[in-house]
Parts: sequence; structure tokens; C-alpha cells
Amino acid sequence: MSVLAVVVAPQGRSPSGWAELMGAASTVARLTGEPVEALVAGADGPSLEALARDLWRRGADRVWRLASDGLTEPDPDRYVAALAWAAGRLEPTTLLINGDPLGAQLGPRLAMRIGAASVTEVVDVRPGEQGRPGWVRPMYGGKAMAVVGSRQARTVVNVRPRAFAAPAARSGEPPADALVSLELDAGALPAPRLRVLERRTAASDGVRLEDARIIVSGGRGMGGPEGFQVLQQLAEVLGGAVGASRAAVDAGWVPGHLQIGQTGKMVAPDLYLAVGISGASQHLAGISGARHVVAINKDPEAPIFRAAEIGLAEDWRKVLPSLIERLAQALGRAPGSRAS
Amino acid sequence: MHLVVCVKQVLDPEMSPRDFAVDPVARRPIAGRAPLVISTFDEIALEVALQLREAVGGGTVTALTLGPRSADEVLRKAMAMQADRAVRIDPGGLGEGDAFVTASALAEAIRRKLSPFDVVLCGRQAGDTDGGQVGPMLAEALGLPMVANALRVRPGPDGSLHVERETEEGTEVVEVRPPVLLTATNAESNVPRIPKVKDVMAAHRKPIEVMAPSELGLAGEGLPARTAVEALEVPQQSRQCRMVEGDSLEERVESLVAALLELKVL
Repeated sequence: MSVLAVVVAPQGRSPSGWAELMGAASTVARLTGEPVEALVAGADGPSLEALARDLWRRGADRVWRLASDGLTEPDPDRYVAALAWAAGRLEPTTLLINGDPLGAQLGPRLAMRIGAASVTEVVDVRPGEQGRPGWVRPMYGGKAMAVVGSRQARTVVNVRPRAFAAPAARSGEPPADALVSLELDAGALPAPRLRVLERRTAASDGVRLEDARIIVSGGRGMGGPEGFQVLQQLAEVLGGAVGASRAAVDAGWVPGHLQIGQTGKMVAPDLYLAVGISGASQHLAGISGARHVVAINKDPEAPIFRAAEIGLAEDWRKVLPSLIERLAQALGRAPGSRAS
Repeated sequence: MHLVVCVKQVLDPEMSPRDFAVDPVARRPIAGRAPLVISTFDEIALEVALQLREAVGGGTVTALTLGPRSADEVLRKAMAMQADRAVRIDPGGLGEGDAFVTASALAEAIRRKLSPFDVVLCGRQAGDTDGGQVGPMLAEALGLPMVANALRVRPGPDGSLHVERETEEGTEVVEVRPPVLLTATNAESNVPRIPKVKDVMAAHRKPIEVMAPSELGLAGEGLPARTAVEALEVPQQSRQCRMVEGDSLEERVESLVAALLELKVL
């Protein structure tokens, strides 16, 4: 009987959003009165050990460490097998996993394998029916919010990354019995069925959209790839990342991993600057976590202005060059300085 | 090569929020005049399958759906795009259902009626529930390896498939042996084809195979949903947009800069 935050760390790296996942686990545990535990699974090494301590500092009463050389690659088959094995040992009532691309696949598969219910895209929790958690999640492209209840003894929940606030960190060192290693029989992991032949990492400045504090995003109104070069300059001045709407991706102006929206990435920056984006509801669904939304669009009736707090109804071609220059002055940064 | 594409009929995701309303008692949207369409990513999955069939130079593409009679429309759309075969599982007797029920029903249909098969394709998430659960659950139910977010598939050496897929940082090419389950996501290379008028006409004359849950061993109490929607509501929009004004373009840019700095996030 516990709420178990599941953190998968292939290559031993700390995945983003683990602290916020602990926030989700604490929130659920307050509702159910259960203890908070964490399971960290990944390649053995000092970084996995450090992550286990960090999970304790962020509120896990106990951290289970599942380290195996077989978990170095983000192979979903192996992670599902490892997590199913761990779930059988630890018997949590709720397993929380971040809904990043790997986690979004692991959650429903794990639920299927262990006979649990699966709920995805969760952004909040409240008391539900039958004295159990009611999982709050957007549906219909964010046009509606649903409360979903589990009808199984065990539930696997995919939490939308960064939807919950990270709990304050406690200081000190975990007591000896708070960090426990699980010994996974190597034979429990299946042989790999996928082989990666080639990885093409798109040129980027290293800021992942999900982690970016500032995002400058363009849509159909950018008119072509050239428009995105101007956005790139604006992003450099602001120290942010460039995103795009689905229309710009479908047109081939930018690669798909820059797509923001219900059908792309869900982002939660401090500032989301939407340029030439009309604001289809599926796009707005992806930016509901943004603290501030500012929009530039030549159509004053564009739906994006209903989601924005500051708007400028103007063609970006007239505005952006002087905006970039003025912001560079105000912030003391030269446009394009990072490239030099 | 036999390619099975799972498609779902959904309320048009492009429907404006202003026209969107829910029935809070039934916990369902009120369809009103909004059209029912093929789910966006399922249409892309179909395109990915059709391109693979062309690259292989033959094979069968079967479109499979779980839904009431109205869902025949998405199967006709699939056949208009040149899918070879269309199968509908009628949900009569399956109750309210959820992703688990859907995945289990699709799995039984594929196992009992559509085998042998090489590839099962799903959209990466449905255009209504946005759950992204049926693909991974179906992979589990059929014991298949899964490649998520596929953009394009080509035949590889020795009967393998090379799947180009989207990752968090770009793309990668994965080699896998069929049978395999793929979920599809959108890219420039897989924008769904627009059917020719004659193919749309012809699709209306083609047969649709209908299967009852009892034929799939699913009738009765054997398949209870594992989740339930307990409440559904339309969130209140509270934000008021302040439009930047000014007599000249320079003034408006100046006001925008000031407003951005006031947010204290730069």
C-alpha cells in the first residue's frame, strides 16, 4: 500500500521532471493517506545513486533502486519487464510515471501487463468516487476537463511532465533503511527486439522545449522557413527556444520535434510568445501550462488572443525586426551574439 | 505483407471551443452539428501503411475499427484512400468501454480474424480522448514489439522493417522484425493523401465486414472497463487579453517591449 513515483533513467541520467513527479506523488499520498515511495530504474552508477538520494530529499519515505546493465538503453520491452517485476514485489496501489515519450509508452503497457488500470495525461488529482483518487485530465484537445476514476485495485498513472509543483527539498542524508536496492535477476529482462541503426539529432541550441523557460513559437502565419530564421533571432535575444504549431510542421518548415500542442509537445514555460499562430484549440491545449502567453497576429479576431494576456494585432514582418532590436538593447544582448 | 490499421471515428477535433458543450450527466460531449471524422493520427497511420505497401510493391491494407454503424464512414474514407479491406467490430454488448476494452477487442479481432499479419498501425493518440493508450496496450495484448511515433516505414534486409521515428531530439531509424506494432505521428512525409472522386464513389460500393463481440469471445461480463469518466466539464476561460495600442508602429513595438519587461520573466 503506497504511492510509488517511478523514475526511469536509461544511461543513469536524471530525466527531466523527476522533482515535479515527486510533487504529484506527495499530492496523491495526502489524499489517500498512504506513504510516498519512489522507484528509480536504470543503468547502475553514481548518478543513479545520487538520483535516489534526491528522490528522498524531495519527499520519498523510501527509495527503491533498481540498477541493471540491461537498462542502459531506453528499450521499452526491458523497462516494462523490469517495472512489472518491481510492481509485483512492492505492491503499490498507484504508480506514477512521467508522460514523456518513453513513459507514455511504458504506462499503458505496464498497466496491461500487471492487470492495472491506466490513466494518462493527468494534470491534477482530487477526491473521486468510491473514496479513491479522481484523476483530472484534459480531453477533447483541452476543450473539456475530465475526472477519471480507476476500477482496479492498482492504477498506473501517466502524469503530464511538470504539471505538479516540485516539493521543497529537505536537507540531510537519508537514513540507512530509506534507500533499498532491488536485485533484478538478469534473466528477467527480455532480449532486445528493436535495433537503432541511425540517430539524427536535429541542430538545436540544447534547450528542450519541455524545459525551456521562454518559448518563441511560429505558425502558418510565418509563411515559410525564412520566417523561422527571424524567430530564431528573437529566441536568441530572449535566451529561449523556438517552437512551432502543427501547421508549420505539416508544411515542412520546421522538424516535427518542435511541434507544440495536443498533437505535439506539452510545454510549461514562463513566457510563451506566439507569432503568426491562429490558436487552434489543439495548439492551445499544449500551452495551458504556460505562465504568460503573449501573441502577435495580424488578425485581431484570431482565437490565440483569447488565450493570451498581452496581444499585438499586427503583421509580424512589420514588428519583429524592431522588436528584436529593442529587446536586445533593453536586455543588453546583441542579436545573434551566441552564434559568434 | 498484411498491414492492419486501427482507425477511430471522433468528434471533429477542429470544432471551435465556442460550439463545444458537454452533457454533464452522460459525461459526453454534445455532438450538435459538428461532423464525425477519422481521428487525425489514425489517418496518418493509414498513409504510413499505404506508403509501405507501395514501397514493398504489394500487400493488403486492412482498416479496422471498433464503433457503431456510423463508424462505417471512417472505413469508407480508408477504402477511398485505397485500403483493401474494411472491418468493423460492433460494440453492442461491450458497455461503456475504455482504452482497455478497445485494445482487448481489437486484439481479439486481429488474432482470430485478421491473422496472419505483419504490421499493426495505430495513431499515436485519439483526437477526442487524447489518451495514447490503445497502441501500447494492443502491443502488450498481442505480445508485439512496439515502435512509437513512426513517420515512415521501409522494407529492410532479410524481411526486417526500417522504421523512421520521431524522438525528443530529432529522428532515428529502428530495425525491427515483423510482426510489430507501430504508432504513427505526423510529418511532412506522411500528410494523408486526398482520395480521388472515383475512389470515393467506389468505396461506397465495397463491402464492410462486421463482427459481433460474441464472435470474438468477448460477449457478456468478460471485459469490464478498468476506468470510468466520473465527471466531464468545460473549463471557464478567465484570461482577459490586453491589446497593445499606440498611434504608430514604433509606439506599439515600444509598448510591447514595456509589457514584456513588466512580466519580469526576461
